[in-house]
Amino acid sequence: MSREKLVEIKNLKQHFKTGRHSVVKAVDGLTFDIYKGETFGLVGESGCGKSTTGRTIIRLYDATDGEVIFNGTNVHDKKNKADLKQFNREMQMIFQDPYASLNPRMKVEDIIAEGLDIHGLVKTKEARKKRVHDLLETVGLNKEHANRYPHEFSGGQRQRIGIARALAVDPSFIIADEPISALDVSIQAQVVNLLKKLQRENDLTYLFIAHDLSMVKYISDRIGVMYFGKLVELADADDLYKNPMHPYTKSLLSAIPLPDPDYERNRVREEYDPSQHDTSEEPEFREIGPDHWVLCTTKEYEHYKKEYVSV
Amino acid sequence: MEKLLQVNNLSVSFDTYGGEVQAVRGVSFDVHKGETLAIVGESGSGKSVTTKALMRLIPQPPGRIKEGEILFEDKDLAKLSEKQMEKIRGKDISMIFQDPMTSLNPTMKIGNQIMEGLIKHQKMGRAQAKKRAIELMELVGLPDAANRVDQYPHQFSGGQRQRVVVAIALACNPKLLIADEPTTALDVTIQAQILELMKDIQKKTDSSIIFITHDLGVVANVADRVAVMYAGKIVEIGTVDEIFYNPKHPYTWGLLGSMPSLDSADEDLYAIPGTPPDLIAPPKGDAFAARNDYAMKIDFEQQPPMFKVSDTHYAATWLLHEHAPDVEPPATIQRRMQGFAQEAELKTKGDRS
Repeated sequence: MSREKLVEIKNLKQHFKTGRHSVVKAVDGLTFDIYKGETFGLVGESGCGKSTTGRTIIRLYDATDGEVIFNGTNVHDKKNKADLKQFNREMQMIFQDPYASLNPRMKVEDIIAEGLDIHGLVKTKEARKKRVHDLLETVGLNKEHANRYPHEFSGGQRQRIGIARALAVDPSFIIADEPISALDVSIQAQVVNLLKKLQRENDLTYLFIAHDLSMVKYISDRIGVMYFGKLVELADADDLYKNPMHPYTKSLLSAIPLPDPDYERNRVREEYDPSQHDTSEEPEFREIGPDHWVLCTTKEYEHYKKEYVSV
Repeated sequence: MEKLLQVNNLSVSFDTYGGEVQAVRGVSFDVHKGETLAIVGESGSGKSVTTKALMRLIPQPPGRIKEGEILFEDKDLAKLSEKQMEKIRGKDISMIFQDPMTSLNPTMKIGNQIMEGLIKHQKMGRAQAKKRAIELMELVGLPDAANRVDQYPHQFSGGQRQRVVVAIALACNPKLLIADEPTTALDVTIQAQILELMKDIQKKTDSSIIFITHDLGVVANVADRVAVMYAGKIVEIGTVDEIFYNPKHPYTWGLLGSMPSLDSADEDLYAIPGTPPDLIAPPKGDAFAARNDYAMKIDFEQQPPMFKVSDTHYAATWLLHEHAPDVEPPATIQRRMQGFAQEAELKTKGDRS
């Protein structure tokens, strides 16, 4: 894979004021890159800040601090309308809840074509219709669906409409925030296969946010693990599953039940105890092996490095 | 093994403006003493309705138990009066609901909610019930129980609330515990804790559990036996090994194939096409036929009976009929079956020697 950076996230922070003196540090100093054409998986438990990260990258929130550099320019610096518009075309989002993310009073055709209208991508009514029909077919629906309202569709079909809407403006980067969590198992597989197919055909880059680790492993090239607003580990998907280094990653992986009774009978869960860390200094994100990063102190760094080489 | 519960040909319908929704269409199964039976299926397959019918919690109208028996210790629960049922509910059979955020009363102290059943069913006094409530909270792993017993639900986290719900369900030492997606709303690490807790308590009290879920990983972890439901019917039932390593019904193949295993990175997932049927007008033949790559002509005309695979394993698919052609299951399923065949061979060899 070519290693061209599409998105660079540098020391990104998102703090929310919750009272006069209290601040929730939802995202607290994230630094990572997303390469062109890859799927970057972001996992963690609820409340760890993974969704906030996605929403800050696409500028649904203004970052407290840090930079998001997309195609060479800082997303949070764009001030004039024309720049913003161009940016909005390049980056799109698929939301978690297919019931809440489609306007119930709009027809499917208008939902999908909203971006086309805003960006002036279609000149005539016929062209608009044609484009919407093409998009519907791309996501596995048919053109008769264009004149219906969201409530006439099942959850899986609605998520397909959400995907068609994101694709309408020809983005290069899509943030998918738990796109399959609200769907049934058999429908999840349909949507995941669709996302993979679209990536192959349209050369897309994904940021895939989820808490279902087996699905993330399946779809992602690289995975970042978040804990309390910080990345604790980042590695190639296979490497992360085979050689988890940070104790939190280990505990998270050991907690996933797999559809295999023999494996389940022998699975031993590891508990994560945050007090086990070396507290002599502030931990930093360090590279312990090729493309394998762990949040650690100097002492832990030496330890992880030895452990990593041995496996 | 001793049978605790026997469900025979249970049918549940809901009368709506659109017509009669046949949510459960003739379901039969047993629950043995001390075992965990998992019921899996997609949303709308009737798994929750089945268990709500066991507890007689189907709102009536619009719902009704159309026919069938629910034999629990030789009593037919389907025919009991509401008064008699109240004596069983929460005492002999209790239930853990999916969402700990909504299944607790926000205006009542945790302690009082646990004590309710103790006072009603076991005729305990308040002081004694409170003591038992604190014990139960300790049993489910809530720290500082003596103080927290007087707190309200909002002062607990999601995982802690689910522990409270488990404590309420366990209060009267039920013989049968029905858990309806008890961990779906929880994070994986909390889920693992709750599952361990339930297994631990089951070992101590020898109660039976019916576990409803759509997460096959959880099923592999907790279940002794598994029933797969589709469109209001059980399409396959067997021991956990039989269902995961020797599945016979194409729907079970689809469910298992649609979950990625850790080594299936490059191939596409085996997705079941389409969506489940409308149960206002269920299809004439096999309800799964329209989504089934392996469907034969007869699948669209006649409902398949339960074919016997082994003493514990039954599946409702015409593929098991003696005249049916041999078909090749999807690759991921074949990989699962290989191990099972080898093991079975080893076992028979072992028997001979």
